[in-house]
Amino acid sequence: MSFLSNLINGISLGSVYAIIALGYTMVYGIAKMLNFAHGDVIMVGAYICYCAMSYLNLPPVVGVLMAMVVCTLLGMLIERLAYKPLRSAPSLAVLITAIGVSYFLQNAALLIWKSDPKVFTSVVNLPALKLFDGELVISSVAIVTVLACVVIMVALTLFTGKTKMGKSMRAVSEDKGAAQLMGIDVNRTISLTFAIGSGLAAVAGVLLCSAYPTLMPTTGSMPGIKAFTAAVFGGIGSIPGAMLGGILLGIIEIFSKAYISTQFSDAIVFGVLIVVLLIKPTGLLGKKISEKV
Amino acid sequence: MKKLSKSTRSNFITYGIVVAAFIVMQILSSGGKLSSSLSGQLIPICVYISLAISLNLTVGILGELSLGHAGFMSVGAFTGVVVSMSLQSSIASDPIRLLLAMIVGAVIAAIAGIIVGVPVLRLRGDYLAIVTLAFGEIIKNILNNLYVGVDGSGLHFSVTDTAALGMDGGMVLINGPMGASGVNKIATFTAGFILILVTLFVVLNLINSRTGRAIMAIRDNRIAAESVGLNITKYKLLAFVISAALAGAAGALYATNYSTIMPKKFDFNTSILILVFVVLGGMGNIRGGMIAAAILTVLPEVLRAMNDYRMLIYAIVLILVMLFTNNEKAVQIRKNITGKIVGVFRKKQPEGGAEE
Repeated sequence: MSFLSNLINGISLGSVYAIIALGYTMVYGIAKMLNFAHGDVIMVGAYICYCAMSYLNLPPVVGVLMAMVVCTLLGMLIERLAYKPLRSAPSLAVLITAIGVSYFLQNAALLIWKSDPKVFTSVVNLPALKLFDGELVISSVAIVTVLACVVIMVALTLFTGKTKMGKSMRAVSEDKGAAQLMGIDVNRTISLTFAIGSGLAAVAGVLLCSAYPTLMPTTGSMPGIKAFTAAVFGGIGSIPGAMLGGILLGIIEIFSKAYISTQFSDAIVFGVLIVVLLIKPTGLLGKKISEKV
Repeated sequence: MKKLSKSTRSNFITYGIVVAAFIVMQILSSGGKLSSSLSGQLIPICVYISLAISLNLTVGILGELSLGHAGFMSVGAFTGVVVSMSLQSSIASDPIRLLLAMIVGAVIAAIAGIIVGVPVLRLRGDYLAIVTLAFGEIIKNILNNLYVGVDGSGLHFSVTDTAALGMDGGMVLINGPMGASGVNKIATFTAGFILILVTLFVVLNLINSRTGRAIMAIRDNRIAAESVGLNITKYKLLAFVISAALAGAAGALYATNYSTIMPKKFDFNTSILILVFVVLGGMGNIRGGMIAAAILTVLPEVLRAMNDYRMLIYAIVLILVMLFTNNEKAVQIRKNITGKIVGVFRKKQPEGGAEE
């Protein structure tokens, strides 16, 4: 029974990673940049939801929506101010700028919300699900997280596959120049990608803090790095890859904590990543890049 | 007299700047002109400058993005602490112990570099970057759970707790997440200066050698380099391991400058910080990276008057500098302005600079 409950915890944690990883992978696919500030957008989202619920006494649903709106705008603003001027710059320059943005968000949060950890009240107030005469307890947060992840996955797949905007996103990630020639507004599409990614980051932040209720200005960094790893694990640039990578990473993390070693769980997670990349150098679902001379 | 080649002249300028800066700092500090916060930063500045030089070898010269440089630094740091503390009774002279700590730190970091480098260097681009990040985190995770003690019968290691060390008497050197405490502060500014000179000497001579040209050829066009018969793996690994070893030596100096040193100091953010020096100074530009390291290490101290806002300002400065140096329009405006200023002093400006 403990195996089953560990598995469910793993899938639940993995779903959070997957939602964050989607933001990384979409931005990478379209702008070819590693957006290191993404982890801190998660933290901002969680703080916004916390403020809405604790200070304004709004219901959790409104808090989540507010966090999504704020993060979406924040993502677009960051893209407009910091990344757009560097569209033709070398990728390392953009990477360092993203790190600058990450420092900025962390320190701005430190000034606004101070360094003492806040206790996040879960947005899900349902009783836990008890199965097999109470032997298997599944927390409501875990269920909501997994459901949210599935909904987001289906919605994103439909969006990129069926809608005009989604198709233009795929076109831009395939070939920016050709997309522009076909009449697609590349700048607007990139902005849209950042908006979606950041909105998802807000959801991830709220779900993460509902499960692990300490909220600090540095809350976003470690899940950010893990989710980034998950995106690479699944093959960066691929949406199903981010999903698969995130969930596998969550399961590996919880299992190594439960069965191997609590202290070395991080080392095991990153070790598995390295092994996978050595066997499949572009991740699980990544495209093979053939080199031309 | 034989005319010096362009690169030799440029190298001598770099050495000259380091020596001049050292002399100026020595005069200032002996005259008591340095503020206490700045004189406390002298050794960290030396450490970060040599880290910037060594990372430049991987990122600028070899052309592979490494996000785990702090990992090698921490290997060197904790090795250095173990060496210097365990030899405390047998070797009385501080400088010799420091030298030993740095050499052993460099050797162990080089071994770590080989272990990491062999799998990592098979990958390309962003995937390589993420694996160096992963190795950095693994090294941090291991050091976080490493317990080392010394007693009459020698060194003891454990990965569970101090009780598992099984020592009679003796002293715990590294205490898991608490790191090492009660370290003798044997690092000196002069040692830092020598470290920079040695690091510079190694890296600059490597760049100007046959090996260095091979490494840069691999960076510029891997397939072409391979087809003229260069052993890609050998040269890549060589550059990577030298870079790791130099970081290890710098780490040993860094650790012996503080009485307490914890593994969490060497996290992802520290790796990024060193990378920022390299990118801000210009990739492959050794002198630029050194200057960026010195300025960015001092900047938070200078901004101390701003209290809470200093790291926020640091972040804004970083973003603005990146925008200013990389945005097409900004670069154009800057070129126009410098062109005009230079034009006033010089009638004819030679075309085509060293910058790409």
